[in-house]
Amino acid sequence: MASAAQRRIKSISYAKYGYMFILPFFVVYCFFQLWPLINTFLLSFKGNGLNEGTGIDFWVGLDNYKYILFGSDSYLPAKSIHNEFVLNMKNTLLVWFGNFIPQLSLSLLLAVWFTEAKLKIPGKGFFKVVMYMPNIITAASVAALCIMIFSSNEYGAINSLLIDWGVIAKTNPIKFIDNNSVWEPRIIVMCVQTWMWFGNTMIMLMSGIMGLNPSIFEAANIDGANSKQVFFRITLPLLRPMMVYTLITSMIGGLQMFDIPYLMHLGDNVNKNIATVAVFVYDKFYNLAQPKYGYSAAASMILFVITGALGVAVFYMNRDQDEIAKKKHLKKLAKQAKQKKSGFGGLDL
Amino acid sequence: MSKTVYNDGAKGGYTAKIRLQSGLIFIVLVLLTIICLLPIYILAINSTRASADIASQGVAILPGSALLDNLKTLTTNEYYVKAFDPLVGFRNSIFLAAANTILGVFFSTLTAYGLVVYDFKLRGAATTFILAVMMVPTQVVSTGFLQFMIELDLHNSYWPLVIPSIAAPAIVFFMRQSMKSTFPLDIVEAARIDGCGEFRTFLTIAIPMMKPAIAVQSIFLFIQKWNDYYMTSMILISNKLEQRTIPMMVNAVIGNDKTPDFGVNYTTIAISIIPVVIIYLLLSKFIIAGVALGGVKE
Repeated sequence: MASAAQRRIKSISYAKYGYMFILPFFVVYCFFQLWPLINTFLLSFKGNGLNEGTGIDFWVGLDNYKYILFGSDSYLPAKSIHNEFVLNMKNTLLVWFGNFIPQLSLSLLLAVWFTEAKLKIPGKGFFKVVMYMPNIITAASVAALCIMIFSSNEYGAINSLLIDWGVIAKTNPIKFIDNNSVWEPRIIVMCVQTWMWFGNTMIMLMSGIMGLNPSIFEAANIDGANSKQVFFRITLPLLRPMMVYTLITSMIGGLQMFDIPYLMHLGDNVNKNIATVAVFVYDKFYNLAQPKYGYSAAASMILFVITGALGVAVFYMNRDQDEIAKKKHLKKLAKQAKQKKSGFGGLDL
Repeated sequence: MSKTVYNDGAKGGYTAKIRLQSGLIFIVLVLLTIICLLPIYILAINSTRASADIASQGVAILPGSALLDNLKTLTTNEYYVKAFDPLVGFRNSIFLAAANTILGVFFSTLTAYGLVVYDFKLRGAATTFILAVMMVPTQVVSTGFLQFMIELDLHNSYWPLVIPSIAAPAIVFFMRQSMKSTFPLDIVEAARIDGCGEFRTFLTIAIPMMKPAIAVQSIFLFIQKWNDYYMTSMILISNKLEQRTIPMMVNAVIGNDKTPDFGVNYTTIAISIIPVVIIYLLLSKFIIAGVALGGVKE
């Protein structure tokens, strides 16, 4: 009886339920993300508004890309747009490098310490909780807190401390977040980004290390490898896929960096020396009186291409290595099989 | 005899070295803890101090006594009332975060269930598609998104901030992974034999069984949406007080250079941060475990 029912169920096709279950996702995705993506692509070939000569209904071909990437000798607004974009790209890369390298080294070091069974560190759980905490705090509030702590007048927390300690004169406070300062705000953004993200990277790397086969480490121990050798010869190479993943996500996150660079300023103008590409995109379309969708969209597409290319390249590099190893292995097996064959006098058994 | 002494000596040296190493590492960890907590400590202390005290001394070790005065100024001073209303802000932030979390996690689980349980022609294509679009940054889509929403006259409303969460590729990916490893497909077959409908199987069997993964994703999505500034400020162009979320309000207070009172500014930031910190400390166990599972980086 049951088997008959089972047979009947097997013969029913449930495929339509599969489509039904994934339908809401795809409908909403197409409407709110796929079409906007295509729309961004289309807008990048359209005009920028009345003061730029052409409106949003005019096709301008590759002009937006040309102006952003190369500027123009004859058309003055294009030159300023080009300079702005180049500066923003430079800021993005500088701030990303400046936070990714210390962040990854610190996280790796901490992850190795936390997973080392030999070491006896009390309160590991507490440290993990504290170090992850900056990551969940609202970035807008962190930016606001930076404005307060790094105020450029003598009342700012850091400036007043430095004055108290006699490091700087009261009349000459450090202009940490002034719109004309260049390196001070950049370094602050780097530090804040590191502060916010090192706990997250550390926990991800820790789970990566704990996922490695413990018998490899035991074998290394028995063979008398010291901790430096274990780290450079075993942990690091085995952790490569995890590191690549961290690199990609951090890269994509870095190109999207927005909240801190955009919000860390006083008054109406964003500090142009920390403005990132994401700020460029936002600033252009958020211009209420005169939204410049063309420039904004073209910059978005450039961002999209860079993100995609980097992601694919790094994934490919990573996969390639494994495939080479696999191919080598297959070749070796084929060779062995051949040798075996020849051992039997070339007879195909 | 001599051998034992030798062994003891070696062992003693060994543990002493490790103890020293552990001690040094412990000191580094304590320093890092101080770095992590110091800004929050400065914030908490300064939010209880009067503006005049902060102006004469930017950092203090002990709290002041002006917290109530600061709160009073925050709720009565004309400038602050125009920019910041904690009740409205919390209402808006909680509504947006909760609606996004419920829709996002429910529909992601539904999609993942559809992809894992059913065998259909486009299953592979749909899965690949979701994997491929997982890493498309929000910023890339936002220009076209905003222009489209303005065309539909949906800007300045909450719809474009809530409905899109139904399609969250990263959460679908995570739910699919955990469903594949923890959800036995036989149970679906058994439910069918017992005459249970497909959707009811999902609601009454799959969702309860996926509770741990759902909990982790809910916590992360809630915090992410609570913290969101980019999308909300982009869609709510008119920046009306009754629509602002907490991050927008904090920015409205601090981002302006005409702020009259340092103490109240610190109090404003503290009001926005402290609920998040408390929720985090209560749920830290799940959150840390969730990060370790990976794939939750914003």
